[in-house]
Amino acid sequence: MPNSLKDRAARVTPAAMINQVKGLSDRAIAWVFLGPTIIILLAINIFPLIWTIYLSFTNYRVNRPNKDVEFIGLRNYERILSDTDIWITMQATAHFLIWTIVLQVLIGFTLAYLINKKFKGNDLWTTIIVLPMMLSPAVVGNFWTFLYQPQIGLFNYVVGFITGADPSTFSMIGDVPLAPWAIIIVDTWMWTPFVMLICLAGLRSIPDSIYEAAECDCASKWRQFWTITIPMVLPFLMLAVLFRGIENFKMFDLVVQLTGGGPGSITELTSINLKREAFEKWRTGYASAYAVILFVTIFGLASIYVKALNKVKDR
Amino acid sequence: MSASITEPSTRQKWSAGILVVTYAIITLLPLVWIIATGFKSSSDSIAYPPKVVFQPTVEGYVNLFTTQTRLSSDAIAEPRENLPWYEQIVREKGNTIVGASRFSERFFNSVIIGFGSTFFAIVLGTTAAYAFSRFRVPLKDDLLFFILSTRMMPPIAVAIPIFLMFRQLGLNDTHAGMILLYTAVNLSLAVWLINGFIDEIPIEYEEAALIDGYTRFQAFYKVVLPQAATGIASTAIFCLIFAWNEYAFAVLLTSGNAQTAPPFIPTIIGVAGQDWPAVAAGATLFLLPVMIFTIFLRKHLLRGITFGAVRK
Repeated sequence: MPNSLKDRAARVTPAAMINQVKGLSDRAIAWVFLGPTIIILLAINIFPLIWTIYLSFTNYRVNRPNKDVEFIGLRNYERILSDTDIWITMQATAHFLIWTIVLQVLIGFTLAYLINKKFKGNDLWTTIIVLPMMLSPAVVGNFWTFLYQPQIGLFNYVVGFITGADPSTFSMIGDVPLAPWAIIIVDTWMWTPFVMLICLAGLRSIPDSIYEAAECDCASKWRQFWTITIPMVLPFLMLAVLFRGIENFKMFDLVVQLTGGGPGSITELTSINLKREAFEKWRTGYASAYAVILFVTIFGLASIYVKALNKVKDR
Repeated sequence: MSASITEPSTRQKWSAGILVVTYAIITLLPLVWIIATGFKSSSDSIAYPPKVVFQPTVEGYVNLFTTQTRLSSDAIAEPRENLPWYEQIVREKGNTIVGASRFSERFFNSVIIGFGSTFFAIVLGTTAAYAFSRFRVPLKDDLLFFILSTRMMPPIAVAIPIFLMFRQLGLNDTHAGMILLYTAVNLSLAVWLINGFIDEIPIEYEEAALIDGYTRFQAFYKVVLPQAATGIASTAIFCLIFAWNEYAFAVLLTSGNAQTAPPFIPTIIGVAGQDWPAVAAGATLFLLPVMIFTIFLRKHLLRGITFGAVRK
């Protein structure tokens, strides 16, 4: 559209003036405008990815620069896929993912549903609920270790006060059965608002007229909820789950500061495990193969999920 | 009184309000606790049961900004006149200030790297978004998806080659390196969001400008930019918040010179172990700007955090 219009403008303009008036041609401007972005993304995103894939076939170690780099084919991959420790970290990650998503969807949807009742001052309270999501996970995670302290921590005190348990007898980040829950609680605290906001957008997108029509047909409130509200919000909810799923699969900062993977390795999620291989054991080639497997997993799961999401949307 | 069927009853509003406010207060509690702990004395911060009412002090802040050493008993007894107020605070605990801590340096690094990378991401992102929105770009949808997919990678996975690359180029632990890296990470967000904002500006505005004899470039900065300004500004704040909060790259790629605050705050220790009031003071100073931005950002929040996938 603008192109043809400008061509027309150019045609009626004397040749000498075109250069003055037009400045750079559209094609040149497109290149000038897009070039730097594409170059930076290639340099910082694509090139490293290709390098990671290359390294994943070698036995390279960063801390031994003088050693010859050997090409060892798929051996790194074989070792990872047959390593039982990695399956344990995968299980820890899955446990973390499932519970955070279940809790965040339940609480987030409920909150959105309540806020949508448009009570007085809901805007202010929504903003307060949203705050944790905007903060630095590392700094927040570090401070939660203080809240989780057995004797002096606020969390233990409140739990002790409510349940009557002695606050010094349990340690959220020191006890093996509790540590996974310590990170699930903080993650839910931080990210429920995210699910809530998206559900709220979904709820607000439902036109009132649908409910009015249902009311005319004498549908009960309960029936309206299940046949109108839920299906209409579902695509939004699924999108929230997708974003949370990807984010939590790569979760690093919060958990590093909160539990550091411990006690033992009960909260050692894949990212933390990967960091240990790459930057503590310096097994660069091996860690690269690990990274490739993680990326393929995220990408694969996300693609399957997006297909399902599109089906729900089209329905 | 035109009470529509969909309008909730007063009772519903009240019960919904009470439940949401209860949740909001629970949410707020840890944040209030961080701010409060920053103003406690170290003994109050570890009191049992946790102290709600306490004598406020700026001891935590003094500890945060200074490096201290323990005085010998002779030195404590030795009377000294005209000590500045902050020296007096640490002296009462038997310490003396020997210098500035590295907190202000780290905080300053966060400011430089945050604003620097935001600036570049916005300039490049705006121009790229304009090109995507207004020109026929080959493989446009694929390119946009590729830009988005760069965010799916775990930071640790890309950190290995970036670490190697930066070491080759001498960018390890430098401000320039971190700015470049965060610019790249933020670019995807900037392009996607600003592309959405520019798409919403009617193309007729530019056509009118072009007919009036503006060049394409003039039409871009005199017509499109002012129209998209609010959208670009809120995108900038999201980029800033990301760079401000980022931890994984910062902890892996920096060690001293260019380290930002998030990896640093958890390492703040006092004369004896982790000094919680000082940590809380650092966290408060660090979190406060983001809290303020969040309040301003309310309207754009959803778009920014979901890459514009959900529009409100």
